Formats: sequence, structure tokens, C-alpha cells
Amino acid sequence: MSDIFTVMWKEWKDSLFQGGWRAWIRPSLLMGIVGIIWPLVGKAAWMDLSPLQMVVVLWVEFFVVISIVADSFAGERERHTLETLLATRLPDRAILLGKVAIVVLYGWGVLVVSLLLGAGVCNLAYGQEHSIFYPADMLSFTLVLGLLIGTFGAGAGVLLSLRSSTVRMVQATLSIGTVVLGGAIIALLQLLPKWFFQTFTTDQILLMVAGIIALLDILLVAIAMLRFQRTKLIAR
Amino acid sequence: MALWFRIEYFVSRSTTSIVAVLNGASRDGRERICMPELAIGTEHLTRSFGSVKAVDDLTLEVPAGSVFGFLGPNGAGKTTTIHLLLGLLEAASGYARVFGLNCRTHADQIRARTGALLEFSGLYERMSAEDNLDLFGRIHHMSAPDRHARTKELMVHLDLWDRRKDSVGTWSRGMKQKLAVARALFHHPALIVLDEPTSGLDPVAAAALRDDLAILVKSESATVFLNTHNLAEAERLCTLVGVIRKGKLLALGSPDELRFKQGGPRAEIIGLGFTDDLLARLRGRPEVSGAELRSGHLLLTLRGDARVGPLVSLIVRQGGEVEEVRKGAASLEDVFLTLMEEERS
Repeated sequence: MSDIFTVMWKEWKDSLFQGGWRAWIRPSLLMGIVGIIWPLVGKAAWMDLSPLQMVVVLWVEFFVVISIVADSFAGERERHTLETLLATRLPDRAILLGKVAIVVLYGWGVLVVSLLLGAGVCNLAYGQEHSIFYPADMLSFTLVLGLLIGTFGAGAGVLLSLRSSTVRMVQATLSIGTVVLGGAIIALLQLLPKWFFQTFTTDQILLMVAGIIALLDILLVAIAMLRFQRTKLIAR
Repeated sequence: MALWFRIEYFVSRSTTSIVAVLNGASRDGRERICMPELAIGTEHLTRSFGSVKAVDDLTLEVPAGSVFGFLGPNGAGKTTTIHLLLGLLEAASGYARVFGLNCRTHADQIRARTGALLEFSGLYERMSAEDNLDLFGRIHHMSAPDRHARTKELMVHLDLWDRRKDSVGTWSRGMKQKLAVARALFHHPALIVLDEPTSGLDPVAAAALRDDLAILVKSESATVFLNTHNLAEAERLCTLVGVIRKGKLLALGSPDELRFKQGGPRAEIIGLGFTDDLLARLRGRPEVSGAELRSGHLLLTLRGDARVGPLVSLIVRQGGEVEEVRKGAASLEDVFLTLMEEERS
């Protein structure tokens, strides 16, 4: 575990919060949009955290994750630091999981702060006698799905980043993949018969979604671990 | 004609004991048992990239505690050898061991005992210098006080301490290389791998880094595997030298041994009028075993303790002009160039 934390510490210092205050611009902008502007537009109904709102929030988190994860291996390769990292005693698993974990936590952190910010804004702007908060079940689903979707994005990104020579190449592939994935999800939802939505409750459907994403996460991380071979990671 | 003689005579005899197994030895196919005092051992190590053999049947032994210089031109296979030793590449055939550990199966243990400065400095330029070293201390599970003490010790020694909080990206190339050397030594590794550490540095920075390396290498008492094409660097730092070209090991020995293998003492004569006829006459002298022109300089290989004076007289009598005469053993550069020419021909 300590090796995973070491990699996370390194990623935090090197990739996420390097360069002082400038590093806070991007997450602050995102959190401002999701945590301030959208709640103000959505008014008190924002606090319902409906499935649609949930999808929007999770989609933003997913974009945060895939925009960072491209850098994980391809960025190190571009900056000529990968070879030195691979020449250390760090186990393969620690390098891979450390890189995945920090990206997931970063994306999830942005999600959590945005939700808290949104709750604060709604309470200040539309507060009544009692403070309002998100429904516990929807909030729990959002947080759990946030972790799972973040892991999905991070797993896919790391998998692509492992053998790509440039960050831009990974970002382009991930962007195209996201558009295709979004289209596929919309098509799937339209193809699902009406009885499906009548038979199952929202909570049950969300549980099924969580289960599917969890399986995909395990699959992606397992493939990434299989593809993580030091002898094939250094380009000549 | 002003004739200025400057005769330098330097012959040193090496008594360095080394285990040098050249290509072709031990072809029975059995793996040699690596003794604990052997830091690196390879046997028939081969690695190709497409049709190019980057490392070709390399058999080499480096005793623990030695400073081994791997000399060769660009593309000779030096970096590939390091990658094979650290388990960053797989050999096509043959095997390599570091401290008796197989590089294919126990690479993780080898990497734990190794500090490396590879082809690129590999520093995280957006992190501070201090954090760069701290990271490698964390990787090797050093305690926080130990990491801090070691950071201070190395950075003070290398005159980097005052700028420890700066992002490495703002540093000069020379400073970065120094920091990369500090990082390679940080956890007191048993093997230090340095791949062209002074490459790309200006002469002053390179000389300064070489001085630092010489002191640090001595104080660390580790085995050093130094890839270089800088012959002065090898001569200054190394106790054992291997010359490689196109993946093949051409020679192995201490710098003194290689110089003596190259022949007896040499005289380098700087001047004018060294005609073919003069060269033929010199070659006909019993005390001269070889005479050739290299970059306009006349190089004479002498037999035994031959004197240069009569040869200089001959040159002057034949109409040559002599401005400077240097006598000494062959330099490592002579050895290197001769080996390259022999291999090419």
C-alpha cells in the first residue's frame, strides 16, 4: 500500500497541483459551473438530484477524469520520466493502481465539492425555514456511481496511455470514445422496452447500472495490469 | 629552425586483478555460477530490434566495487545493455545476472539495489528539487528524517542546497544532471548505473560533474556501471573498461591493460614534411614497429625502451620539421580508435 501512496503523492505533486495557484484554475472553474451556476439555474429543484441531474454531474466528473488520465503514462513518456520511474523498485501494480487511484480521487473530489457547493448555494438562495439537502438515496447513488464512473474513465485512459507515444493521441481517442459511448447509451435507453422502466424502480435500475460499471471497471483494470509490462513500455 | 623537445614518458604497469571473460569463453551452454563478489555477469547476451542486433553475444563480468566504463560510439548497444540489466528489456538469448540475480526473473530485486541515471535525467521538472529526491527516498522506504538528512548531504555536496525549493524546470542542464546523479545515489544503492552522465553539458559543467562523480563514487563504495563515449571520463573514473561497437564487445580490461595491449610506448610528433618516403624509412628502423599519420601528426609505435632522439634526427635530416614530441603509452583514445578501425576493417 505504501508504494501506491508514494505514486499518488508523486502524481499529486507532479501532475495535479504543480505550479502553485494556476493549478487550481481548472478545478475551480468546473466546480463553479457545477456547484454555483447550475444550482442557480435549476433553483430549489436542483436539490432533488434527479437522474437527469445525476447524469449531468457524473458526465462532468467523467470528463475531468479522462482529461487528466491521458497524461498518466503517455505524459511521462513525452517528458522522458517514464524510463526512470520504471527503473525503480516500485512494483508494477503500485505504479498502475497509484496512477488510477489519484485520478479517480481527483475527479471524485471535484464531484463531492461541487455537490456540497451546490447545496450551499441552494440553501443561501432558496433556503426556507429549514436547510435542505439532497435525498440520501440519490446522493449515495451519485457518490458511488461517481467512484465507479471515475474508475471506468481512469481505467480506459490508463489502458490507452500505456502504449501511446503522446498525450494528445490518448486524449483524441478518449474524446471519440466518449462520444461513441454517449451515443450508445442514448440508443440503448431508447431501445429498452417500456415494461423495463415499469417493472424496475429507479433505485433498482441505478443498482444495475452500478453493477455493470463495476464489472467493466474490474475488466479494464485487469486488462491494464496484464498490459503493464516494463519490457514493452519503453519506446525505442 | 627552432627545435623544441618536450618528452613525456609515462608508463604505468597495472596489477589490477580483473576477471575478464571475452566472447567465446564457456560455450558449453551451462550458466556460470555468479560469485557474490561479481556485481554483473552476462553470457552470450543478445538483443535485436528488427534486423539490427543492438547487443550481440555479449559476455562480460564486472567485479563488485569496481567502476566499469562501457565505451562505445552512439548506437553501439550501451543503453540497451543497461535496459537488459535492469529488466526493462528482455534478452532474445543469453542471460544476465546482477549480484547473482537473474535479470529476467528477479529484475525487481535488482532495481531495488540499483540507482540509475538513464539516457534522460528523468527528473520531474514541475516538482521542486527537494521533492524529486524525497520521492526516491519514499520509493525506497526511507524514513522522513533519513530522507531529509540524505537530501541535505547530497545537495550541499553538489552545491544545490540553496535552490532546493525551485522547480527543477527552472534549472540549467548541468544542475539537473547533478540532481539526477544525487537521485541515483540517494538510497545508497549497491549498483549505480550512469548512462552518459555528462552528455550534452558544456565542458566546464561536464568537468565539474566529473569531479563530483569521482568523489561520490569513491565515498559510496558501490559498483558503478558507466556508459560513456567520453574517453577522458572513462580514463578519469574507471577501473575497468569495456569497448563495444555494434553490440559486440571488442575489448575488456583496466585502462592500463588496454593501453599495453595496444603495443609498446608511443611517440607523437607534431610538425611538417612527413612524407611517405619518410614514413617508409621510419618503419624500416628496428626500434619502430609502426608509423602512421593521424590528423597530420606522426604516430610512432616503439619497441622496448627505444629512444626518440635518433628518430627525430632522422626526420630532420629527411627535411621534416619537428615542433613538438610527446612520448608515452597509448592513450585510451588511441586504444579506442584503433579498436574501432580494426572492427571496421
